Amino acid sequence: MLEMDDVRLEREGFSLSANVSISGPGVTAVIGPSGGGKSSLLALIAGFVAPDAGRIVWNGADLTGLIPGERPVSMLFQDNNLFPHLDCLTNVALGAEPVAKPSLETRERALVALDKVGLKGLERRTPGALSGGQQSRVALARLLLTKRPVILMDEPFSALGPSQRREMLDLVRELLPEATLLMVTHDPEDAQDAAQTVLVADGIVSPPEDTTSLFANPPAVLESYLR
Amino acid sequence: MADRTQPLGFAGWAGIAVTAAIPVLIGATGLAVVLSAEGGRGLSASDWAAIHFTIWQAILSALLSVGLAIPVARALARRRFWGRETLITMLGAPFLLPVIVAVFGLLAIFGRGGILNAGLVALGAEPISIFGLQGVVLAHVFLNLPLATRLLLQGWHTIPSERFRLAASLNMGPGAIFRHLEIPMLVRAVPPAALIIFVMCTTSFAVALTLGGGPRATTVELAIYQAVRFDFDLTRAAMLSVVQLVITGTLALMALKWAATPGFGKGFDRPPERWDGRDWLRVFLDVTLIAAAAAFLIAPMAAVFVRGLGGIAALPDAVWMSAAWSLVVATVSTSIVLSAALVIALASARFRSGARWIESTALLAIAASPLVVGTGLFIIVFPFVEPSRLALPVTALVNALVTLPFVLRVLIPAVRDAETAYGPLADSLGLTGFARLRVLILPRIRRPLGFSAGLAAALSMGDLGVVALFADPETATLPLQLYRLMGAYRMDEAAGASLLLLGLSFLLFWACDLGGRLGA
Repeated sequence: MLEMDDVRLEREGFSLSANVSISGPGVTAVIGPSGGGKSSLLALIAGFVAPDAGRIVWNGADLTGLIPGERPVSMLFQDNNLFPHLDCLTNVALGAEPVAKPSLETRERALVALDKVGLKGLERRTPGALSGGQQSRVALARLLLTKRPVILMDEPFSALGPSQRREMLDLVRELLPEATLLMVTHDPEDAQDAAQTVLVADGIVSPPEDTTSLFANPPAVLESYLR
Repeated sequence: MADRTQPLGFAGWAGIAVTAAIPVLIGATGLAVVLSAEGGRGLSASDWAAIHFTIWQAILSALLSVGLAIPVARALARRRFWGRETLITMLGAPFLLPVIVAVFGLLAIFGRGGILNAGLVALGAEPISIFGLQGVVLAHVFLNLPLATRLLLQGWHTIPSERFRLAASLNMGPGAIFRHLEIPMLVRAVPPAALIIFVMCTTSFAVALTLGGGPRATTVELAIYQAVRFDFDLTRAAMLSVVQLVITGTLALMALKWAATPGFGKGFDRPPERWDGRDWLRVFLDVTLIAAAAAFLIAPMAAVFVRGLGGIAALPDAVWMSAAWSLVVATVSTSIVLSAALVIALASARFRSGARWIESTALLAIAASPLVVGTGLFIIVFPFVEPSRLALPVTALVNALVTLPFVLRVLIPAVRDAETAYGPLADSLGLTGFARLRVLILPRIRRPLGFSAGLAAALSMGDLGVVALFADPETATLPLQLYRLMGAYRMDEAAGASLLLLGLSFLLFWACDLGGRLGA
């Protein structure tokens, strides 16, 4: 259970308030108009931004004061998910231990993870030599090694086409069944795959709702966004 | 989005410490100098003459460099020809050129026995002298005209090509384009370029040492050197150092606010298409200008090359020895400056709210007068150690300080870009400390790191400054050895040593730069 207790973020010309709890495992979609605060919400949970008030709690443990690397949280960014100067194996291995030279055991696990995402034999390639879909798979393989219970995805796989994206999301669900996933998306269809949806609009994070009923009965902000 | 201040970490704190050490070093050496000055003695007439000369030659050098650069840059901006890119790249070379080698090359062309005077005498005219004000200014223009040209050319490249298209569709001639497009750009581009050259010329020591001298052509830095070396008059050296501190301090503040940043190694794209100035007279004028500028740039270097080839095999052991010492000094000083610049850049990237302060403080080093810092260190160590025993370590340290601003200009943006693009990923993976340096920073800044290493190594290799203050006759770096050979009129050996120094400086730059490119 990820809880945000009266979290407030104030920036010049922008504010965000969140008082929600998100239960896992499974995918929670985060939707809403641009500039509404979706990315800020993820940055708060990941620890890139410190809230001005409130607490962020995971299963009873307060995360608010922790730096990103210490949180039980992994993040898939829109881009720059992989270090372009490192090969796939090293990129994946960084998920297990943040060191320059991974241990033999970590390398073995990285190979297994690459195999699971269907990239067997490509471990020596650098990201530049891979297609967009393959790059996403490398990042996913790294998530498998990180083993953190919360996974944030900021418009993941947005560089991919719709069917490839759907394929990646299915793979994420299949390989990370225990994880609590938060996925920011612009695509209502992606959101409809998620069991529950959080609407972020006008600087307010609404509590998660059942996705089907939310879309069947959209509030005004969502309706104008969808139209 | 990452607006949380990252933990500074060891490297970040080291960066702040190094940044703080810069004003401390400048201040402490300055204070040592001030404290040793005995009161009750004002500036003598010759001191005032030195102040006057320092400012005057710097003004003349800046005005002439920029004044000549305007037509040259304009010609380069509106012509396309084979070798244009090469020529523009070569304009960066004088920055790496050891000053003493440039002086040797200029003497070969403009000196008493040089090509120009040989021609003048053959025509029955009076030979000209390169010593004194005209020599100092000539050398400064030689060294800075290319820099000014590059800075102004950057200005030309900021004029959008749409403006030239508009001008062409309005049928504007070269005069109208100059008035409406080029003058507004020059109004912005000229003052910063002139200021940076002025600042660099006020602390120029090697040129004054070799081409100046005497009561009418002595800069403050040269006067400090003479007071320490010849008269052992530390009080006078101290007072002159205070004067130099005031001059450079004032200029540093001005430079921080207004001066241009020399853009090194930046690729210049193709110039925008222009339709004016296609008549044969203007083409002829531009061609003449470019050819003259190129000849002015290349001839002294060619002279060093031609004269040096014969002498290099016959160089005495002392020269080879000094070359070895120079390589050691350059290596040490490059290591110091790269480590310092790296931690400063890391601190500046992580400590965002303080980044401006960190950068400004570190760039103060641009106004550090090597001779004043050297004199201060001399006064500090003098009671304890024979200064000449510290000649090489002090030279390495002062060279590192002097090259720091240039290295920072390259490394700070590189580290910031790496942190901006991949910092969040590294954060979320928990990459900190040394692992972050090895996994994220160093691979991402390989090219700029190699480039700035080359820059620092070449500058340190060719520097003739504080070493002249400290060294005894037994120790010398290659530039100092070359200066001594020239002073003894052993011109064949000096020619060989010039070529050796030129070759080593460019080799160091090339090797470091290539090291950064390979596999990057």
